[in-house]
This record gives sequence, structure tokens and C-alpha cells, in this order.
Amino acid sequence: MNWLRHFPSTAYLVIALSFIYLPVVVLVLFSFQDGALPVFPFTGPSLQWYEKMFGNERLVESLLNSIVVAVLSSLVTTVLGFLAAYGMARRTPRFAGGIRFLLMAPLTVSYLIIGMGLLITFNLIGIPKSLFAVGLGHVIINLPLCFAVIYSQFGDHLRNIEWAARDLGANDTQTLLRVIAPIMKPSLLASFCLSVTLSWDEFIIAFLLSRFDVTLPVIIFEMLRAGLTPEVNAAGTMVFAISMLTIGVGVIFMFVVAREKK
Amino acid sequence: MTRPKGKPRKSGRFEFTRWAIHPALLFTVVLFVLPLAMMVVVSFWQRVYGRLSATWSTANYSKFFGTEYLLDTLFNSIEVTVVTTIVSILLAYPLAYILAYKVSPRWQKLILIFAVLPFWTAYVVRSYSWLLVISENGIVNYVLLNLGLIDQPLQMAYTRGATILGFVHFFTMLLTLTIYANLVQIKPSYQKAAEDLGASRLQVFFRITLPLSIPGVAVGAFITFVIAIGDFITPQILGGSTEVLVPQAIILQVSRAANFPMASVMSITLMLVIVLVYALTAKHQKMDRV
Repeated sequence: MNWLRHFPSTAYLVIALSFIYLPVVVLVLFSFQDGALPVFPFTGPSLQWYEKMFGNERLVESLLNSIVVAVLSSLVTTVLGFLAAYGMARRTPRFAGGIRFLLMAPLTVSYLIIGMGLLITFNLIGIPKSLFAVGLGHVIINLPLCFAVIYSQFGDHLRNIEWAARDLGANDTQTLLRVIAPIMKPSLLASFCLSVTLSWDEFIIAFLLSRFDVTLPVIIFEMLRAGLTPEVNAAGTMVFAISMLTIGVGVIFMFVVAREKK
Repeated sequence: MTRPKGKPRKSGRFEFTRWAIHPALLFTVVLFVLPLAMMVVVSFWQRVYGRLSATWSTANYSKFFGTEYLLDTLFNSIEVTVVTTIVSILLAYPLAYILAYKVSPRWQKLILIFAVLPFWTAYVVRSYSWLLVISENGIVNYVLLNLGLIDQPLQMAYTRGATILGFVHFFTMLLTLTIYANLVQIKPSYQKAAEDLGASRLQVFFRITLPLSIPGVAVGAFITFVIAIGDFITPQILGGSTEVLVPQAIILQVSRAANFPMASVMSITLMLVIVLVYALTAKHQKMDRV
């Protein structure tokens, strides 16, 4: 009677997973609804709401905005994080502890508060609300994570390779760009994907710092004022799918990192 | 020691690697330190006829802490966040425990990844999808009505309970992760030793496993607290406007009244609450063990 002994655990596991997946399943299911309301009874499947979504100009525009902001801000973040990790690991500066604390500090503050601070500052120095402002906001919230991910990969196993490069006549800049960067590629890509996912999903900073051109989460939030519609389900399903895709790619790179470490 | 203080110059050539850390520092100072400082400054300024005026006073603070409906937002936020944190821990702990001890190692990682995957569901959409479940014509009411258990749809959406439900859903996943990560690090020999010495299974749990897993709980609980108390979307979408939490009040101040000084006061208050909670729980959060 093995299963009886395991029954309470299995039951809890099933209930917990159902709780976790209930809203996701409902969201995806009713994006294929063949009616005006994303609620029971389910009459479908139909792709009409996906059609409607891709016919919604403002939504498609915001989708592109989101991709541009996510990719560009993540590129900047990854480069900054990589350089900072290198500087920290190989040219350990004075006050290293303090600098590390400073670089990690934005992690401990709510996005809302960072967004408010940026809104007030940009307002005072005259940077208008724009996607550029949103991108800057996303750089600062993602920088600590990118820095931490890349810094954790600067192990001592790299030192010999770096010394070899230097013995063969490479200067520091050449070593950094032509030896270290290629070796670090998996963790650079992993931190890029992580940063894209977080930027793609970010709402409050995008909401506070944008005006006419907005990102997808802001549009979805605006659409919610109209109440429940399967179109929001369709948009939500798409956002979810793209998040999963980026996370999946990121996780694969993480595994590559983990394997290379062994 | 006669080493010169600065780094010796190897060649006259410019090596930009020497300044590798500076761009990130510059970004952090300009986009993080400076804005927070500006926020503190503005919180002492006044809003006069809709414009910012650099007149220094603590009037905004006394207004916030002296006006009942403003101060209530803070109490609401703290109550919701505390309940959220406690309920999430109570749900996540058994899940993490079952994963760590009852599921065969082959399946552990897979089920764990599966269990936390929706953590990455689009953030705005996650709250919305709960509306589909609990709104007046949502699934729960549909099922209960059809079963004849109720005659009238229950009002679940747009309540404090709905906000907490949305939060608990999100943070159960997060806490499962931190608690699981802690549990699998506990050496099985401790539990075996206790059993050999005659401890019952309950005693092993309460005197060995639970105390050793406190850091995982504390770290997860702190992250939960920080994210939940600063979250605007979940209370806005699920809680509606029945009661206002601090993040909603901040957005109201900004969007309706353009009252940056008051919004700054509220933001700083939130930050102080977080710092306070950190100070109270720091000794339990041994980050390196998670």
C-alpha cells in the first residue's frame, strides 16, 4: 500500500499545482473563446480574438515598443554589467565592498520607488516622458542582476587563460574583448535573456515614465478598463508565451554555464 | 612597503579596462542615488498652485501622518502585506517540504521548475487572469451556481481578499523556491542522528528540520514583503477602489494631483518600512545558506 502512505503528499502537490496553474489555464483557454466574454461556458475554439488583437494598431505598436525597449536596454545593461564584473574581479578597486553594495542596492528598492525617483528627477532636469526614459529605468533595475550573474562566473579558472593571453602579447583590452568575452558568452547571453524578460514584463516604471508611445504591459492595463474581454486574454497569452520563450533560452544558456564549470 | 600608491603605468597607451567599472557606477549614481536624493529633497518642498516650490518644511510629512485617510493607506498596506506573507509561507512550506523529502530526486527539479514557471507570467496579466476566476460571472461563481450551492453570485473580486489571493498565488511560488533551496542543503545526517537518538518524526521536524530551514523562510518572506508592499498592479486590478494601499495612493497623487511632494513622502515612508523590516529580520536571513 505504498500509494496510500504517499497519498497526503501527492494530494497536496496536485492541489498546490492546480492552484498555481488555474489562472494560467483559464487565461489561455478563454483567449480561444468564440463569444464576447472570457467566461464559462466555453464556446470555441476560435482565433477571432487573436485576429482582432493583431488588427489593433495601438497594441501592435506597443508590442514593437516593448521589444525595442527590452532589447536595447538589455544590451546596455549586459555590457555595463560585464565591464563592471570584470573591473570588480580583475582590477579590484579601492572600496570594493562599498562599490559592490552600491551596484547591488537598486535590488532592495521597490520598482515603484525607483520609478518615482526617476519621474521626479527627469521632470526637474527636463527629460520628457518617453520610451528612452523607460529604457533608462529598465537599465537601472536590471543592472544589479546582470552584474551578479556575470560576476559569479569570473572564477579563478579563467586566470591562467588570461595570463597566457598576456604572455603572448595581448594587452588588457585585447584580453578582455578577444579572450574573456568569448569565454563568457553563455553567461552574457543568460543575463541578456534575464534582462529582456524582466524589461518585457515591467509595468510600473513604463507606466510612470512614458506618455504617448507606451509598452505592452501599459496597453494591457489600459485595456482592462473595458472589463473582461477575450482580446486581453489573447494579448496576455502572447505575453506569457514570449516570456516563456525568453526564459527557456536563458535557462538553456544557464545550463551551458553550469556544465562548463564542471 | 615602498610601493607607489597608484597603479604603475605599464605603457603610455590608453587602456580602457582601467575604467571598466566606472560606466556602471555612473549609471547607478545618476539613475538611482541621485533620484532617491531628489525624492528626499522634493518631499520637503511644497506644491503651490499646482507648481513645485522650493520652500522647505516638514508640512507634507505632518499632513501624511496627521490625516486619517492618508495614514490608513499605510496601515492597509502593512496589514495586507503581513497577511500575504504569512499565508504564502503556510502554503509554500508544505509544498517545498514535499518536493524536498517525498518526491524522488529524479522528479524534484522538474516539478519545482513546473511549479514556479507561472511566476514569470506577465505581471499585469496574472492579476487579470484571477479576475476571470473570481469575478461575478467567473468560474468559481459559475460552478457554485450550477451546483446549486448559492443563489446569488458571491462578491469576491474587488475586495481585500482578492488582492491577498493574487499576492499569495505569486509569492507561494517564490517562497517554495527559497524554502526548497534551503531544505535540500540540510544534511540528512542531522535528521538521522535525531532519529537514532529516539526522536519521533514530529520531533525531528520541529527540533531539527524547521529550525534549520528558517533562513530560507526569512529570505523568501523578506523578498515577499518588499515586492508586495510596493506593488501597484495587484491591488489596483483585484482590489479595486474599495480600499487604497500606499502604491495606489502614490499613483493617485502623481496622476490626479501631480503632487510630487506628497508622493515622495509616501515613497520614503514605504522605504523606511522596508528598512525597518530588514533590520528586524536581518539576523535570520543568512543569505549564503540559501
